[in-house]
Amino acid sequence: MKDPSGRAAIVGIGRTEGPRTPGVNSLQLHAEVARKAILDAGLKLADIDGVLTAGCDEPTYCEEVAHSAVLSEYMGLKPRFTYTIDLGTPVFAKMVEVAATAISAGLCRTVLLACAEPTVSRASRTQAVEKMTAFGHPEFELPYGVSIPAFYALIARRHMHEYGTTGAQMARVAVAMRRHAGLNPWARFRDPITVEDVLASPMIADPLHRLDCSITTDGGAALVVTSLDHARDLPHQPIVYLGAGQGYSHEHLVAAPSLTSFAAVESGRDAFRMAGLKTGDVDIAFLYDNFTIAVISQLEDLGFCGAGEGGAFVEAGHIDLGGRIPVNPNGGLLSEAHPGRPGGIFHLTEAVAQLRGACGERQVRDAETALVHGVGGIMSNHATVILARA
Amino acid sequence: MSATDRPLPTPTGDSEAFWRACKKEMLTAQRCADCGRLQFYPRRYCTSCLSERLEWSTLSGRGKVYSHSTVFRALSPAFQKDIPYIVAVVELAEGLRMMTQIVECAPEAVFVGMPVEVTFDHVSDEIALPKFRRAEAKQP
Repeated sequence: MKDPSGRAAIVGIGRTEGPRTPGVNSLQLHAEVARKAILDAGLKLADIDGVLTAGCDEPTYCEEVAHSAVLSEYMGLKPRFTYTIDLGTPVFAKMVEVAATAISAGLCRTVLLACAEPTVSRASRTQAVEKMTAFGHPEFELPYGVSIPAFYALIARRHMHEYGTTGAQMARVAVAMRRHAGLNPWARFRDPITVEDVLASPMIADPLHRLDCSITTDGGAALVVTSLDHARDLPHQPIVYLGAGQGYSHEHLVAAPSLTSFAAVESGRDAFRMAGLKTGDVDIAFLYDNFTIAVISQLEDLGFCGAGEGGAFVEAGHIDLGGRIPVNPNGGLLSEAHPGRPGGIFHLTEAVAQLRGACGERQVRDAETALVHGVGGIMSNHATVILARA
Repeated sequence: MSATDRPLPTPTGDSEAFWRACKKEMLTAQRCADCGRLQFYPRRYCTSCLSERLEWSTLSGRGKVYSHSTVFRALSPAFQKDIPYIVAVVELAEGLRMMTQIVECAPEAVFVGMPVEVTFDHVSDEIALPKFRRAEAKQP
């Protein structure tokens, strides 16, 4: 690991604790998790001079106004550095990088970043699912009725064709996530499932079954990032930002150069290079598990196993707690929570909690380094961050 | 529910010629007059060399299934009555890939590598969607 001096660190986390947040709007939910994160960091409102958000789904707070400014006013924050970052679902990883870079450049000292949405409570579940699954090129994809699960099914089918990956191997990802969720009191689904259960669940878009698909919940989280020097005076062990990467190859799957390898390759490579680490140095991986096949793809593209080996890697138990590289000990988007845009932010808060050693039954023993990866679109837009205990 | 309740393409300056050709049952793509590359979907400039000299080229309409999925749960109500239907990525003989549907084919019969040919689904007065069917189904 490169010398972490001069770097930034995560010093506070706050999150929703459970799948539903009834009776609050998006702005209130942002404020709720932001307040928790600031208090967790042992800081006051006046200590926060940077605010990053990712927008929201309620037009009242987003149309023709800067969302991060609306949140700042609502909470009484007066940032000298603030942005609403529009990057789709990998935004949580990018926000850490932007915060850390701004701090290192002296633009601000302490940044609050937040993303939250009462996705299910605000709409009907059907509306929430429709919103989360409506995606595609308006002329060259949507007219064919390709839902988001179907896009991922096309990726899964091609992976099966090229590498012999099986439905049972993909199902094994869902089984692992559910097993982890069983140890997480805040997870939406905690009862164990088997490979047979996944394969027997209704087919959504062949070869993906319902249990290959992530769930729909409310939720969100906030984090506080500051300089490592400042972090050492605060209550928690600082969790240092070591590196980040981003990768992009297409927006719509119709324009993707490959259906079996994506820009996680570049995103991961750059993050490891910046951190001065390699895959073998990572103790926990947080991968974007919107669909089971996505985890297999990221394991390969990020270098945890070779191209085409992801299915067998998962089947061998390597991503389980206690395995070679535990993935999403919180239970992930498949079993813990998935509020849409904020989904991946729980991967970030869990990474911090794990590196603090505060995860009880689901704690990865002696975890010192974590990789967190986010994916947007249809394996389109990738962002990676690498974090470590100071 | 009529077919027009499904989302239909709204041609743009980039795609008007493509959809006009589809209406005449011709599958076309842009070819760059400078670098020679074919591109799909249609855009204003060449995505290889930034040239604005894009010309329309008629394609063979033949290709192979690159990947496929049978949709059993339509998340948009507009497609509910069509389930199960086969969506696919087809790789055309010219090397381009398109998102499409495979028609006149049972879900269990489709496979990666299956030879296909274009067929046009005239979904409105203006729009004929290029879809694909098994090439053997072609009438002599």
